Amino acid sequence: MSETVEATAVVKEPKEPLFSSKNKRLLSDPLNDDNPITIQVLGICSALAITVQVKQAVVMSLSVLVVMIGANLIVSWLRNLIPSRVRIIVQLVIVAALVILVDQVLKAYLYDVSKQLSVFVGLIITNCIIMGRLEAFALANKPWPSFLDAVGNAAGYGWILIAVAVVRELFGSGKLYGFQVIPDAFYDFGYFNNGLMILPPMALITVGIIIWVQRSRNTKLIEEN
Amino acid sequence: MSNAIHKFLENNVKPNFDEGGKLEKYLPAYDALETFLFVPGHTTNGKGSHIRDGIDMKRTMIMVVLAMVPALLFGMWNTGYQHFLATGEAYTFMDAFLYGALKVLPLVVVSYAAGLGVEFVFAIINKHQVAEGFLVSGMLIPLCLPVEIPLWMVAAATIFAVIIGKEVFGGTGMNILNVALTARAFLFFAYPTWMSGDKVWIGGGMDESVAYADGSTGATILAQATEKSSGFVDAAGVAYGDSFMSAFLGLIPGSVGETSTLAIMIGAAILLITGIASWKIMFSGILGAYVMGLLFNLWGANPFMEVPAHMHLVIGGFAFGIVFMATDPVSAAQTATGKYIYGFLIGFLGIMIRVFNPAYPEGIMLAILFMNVMAPLIDHYVLEANIKRRQKRTMAVAA
Repeated sequence: MSETVEATAVVKEPKEPLFSSKNKRLLSDPLNDDNPITIQVLGICSALAITVQVKQAVVMSLSVLVVMIGANLIVSWLRNLIPSRVRIIVQLVIVAALVILVDQVLKAYLYDVSKQLSVFVGLIITNCIIMGRLEAFALANKPWPSFLDAVGNAAGYGWILIAVAVVRELFGSGKLYGFQVIPDAFYDFGYFNNGLMILPPMALITVGIIIWVQRSRNTKLIEEN
Repeated sequence: MSNAIHKFLENNVKPNFDEGGKLEKYLPAYDALETFLFVPGHTTNGKGSHIRDGIDMKRTMIMVVLAMVPALLFGMWNTGYQHFLATGEAYTFMDAFLYGALKVLPLVVVSYAAGLGVEFVFAIINKHQVAEGFLVSGMLIPLCLPVEIPLWMVAAATIFAVIIGKEVFGGTGMNILNVALTARAFLFFAYPTWMSGDKVWIGGGMDESVAYADGSTGATILAQATEKSSGFVDAAGVAYGDSFMSAFLGLIPGSVGETSTLAIMIGAAILLITGIASWKIMFSGILGAYVMGLLFNLWGANPFMEVPAHMHLVIGGFAFGIVFMATDPVSAAQTATGKYIYGFLIGFLGIMIRVFNPAYPEGIMLAILFMNVMAPLIDHYVLEANIKRRQKRTMAVAA
């Protein structure tokens, strides 16, 4: 945890504690300072498409989490065996296999949600966050840090997705996770659901507002000029 | 008298807001109110070469608001007129006007309160002065909405438009989109049942108790034109008598301030005489709409396409949009040539959307927003072309 532990780790790297500060950062950075959606602006298409309802967003986040952990671990294990010239195709095959597994599980146990998510489960293959982490991290790191990196990034992706979905479902259809939250009395009083929230532009605007708040609160992210 | 009040403010109230004063943080709010009431105290010093007089942004904005007054007053009367026409009750001129005023004024108050509230909050957070841009937007918003829209929707749309349409880009003068139209577009997509149909346009129309006396439907001419399979001119003629004249004068259902082309023309005259709005945009906008109308007449594939081109200029929000919204100096094109292109395309696209897509009868709103986005691009190419032209000339002279 302390500086000395880090220093010795660099020298010989015998046994780094499982949750050294470096490893902890792998988990926490993607949640805020290095968020895949709001800072790196990756994976935007799925953030726009499947955030109409919280349920879809949760299932999508979990699917990405599973695929990412699997892919990062496998690529990390194989990192010394994969010839660098064909590494992209190898990564694609690994990710595609995992996505097919996830897709089949969803179809078997969550058929409704899987139908709503439609092509977007399949499109996890092309999710830039996953390929990005494989290229940038898993190919050069041991399995355990790779695992943490996958969890961190999938969580960073997931919380934005769920936050956007909460806003959109709450104002767009008055529900959360499929349950009505805004009481009938409101509607009797003249309240109406906001139809714009259901439309994709509002996902973009909501993500934009999250970026705005994040950048004005986090001094590290404030650009000079 | 007003001098005495100003002196009192300067000497006794202002120190509280100056640096070190108790209320230092709220200087922007104080400053906004002071310069709103009085001509700003800062003038050019002896050495300045630039002129600084009383016509600051607030005066400019106030002129635009004044130009909207005819449309506002007419809108109030028309709201009452449409109401009594629908119920079939007897009424006098004052009855109609007062009924409409009671319906329209709350919209104006809510729009200003919500918008200025957001502006003040941002001014204090960002420690800059309250900008005057909202004086105009706050009046445009109620004028471009149906009279029956619930007040909380107006407030929500105004707050959305000021924050997302303006403050995120850096406040007044930095916005890409026209703020009032952003509010209208928000309502149009968020609460479509309150922005279209045949009840919202009539004062009291959403109230079940209002019975339609003479079988008039209360739909706008545009809505009728897209619905009726028979010739549009017939449909409008049946409901509104001499349709061109009644549309020109504004005796038709529609958003509060946009029915009367005549009242809008008075406003346009004020804006053009004072030089505040660009005649280039207005002129080319009307030209664009007329050309598109003529093209549709030539095509004539359905009754709506056969609507005479001059009709398009007086129905719907076209006149209001081209006079008050397309000419917004911030979101419009800045170059002279660019203004012609910008205005022409607004008219052209506005009528095209109106005729082609029955789901969006108010094409002018979408056309202006679209061209707002395109304006910087137009300016860029106009500038590039100018640079190239001059470069060529210099090369020719040098060679």
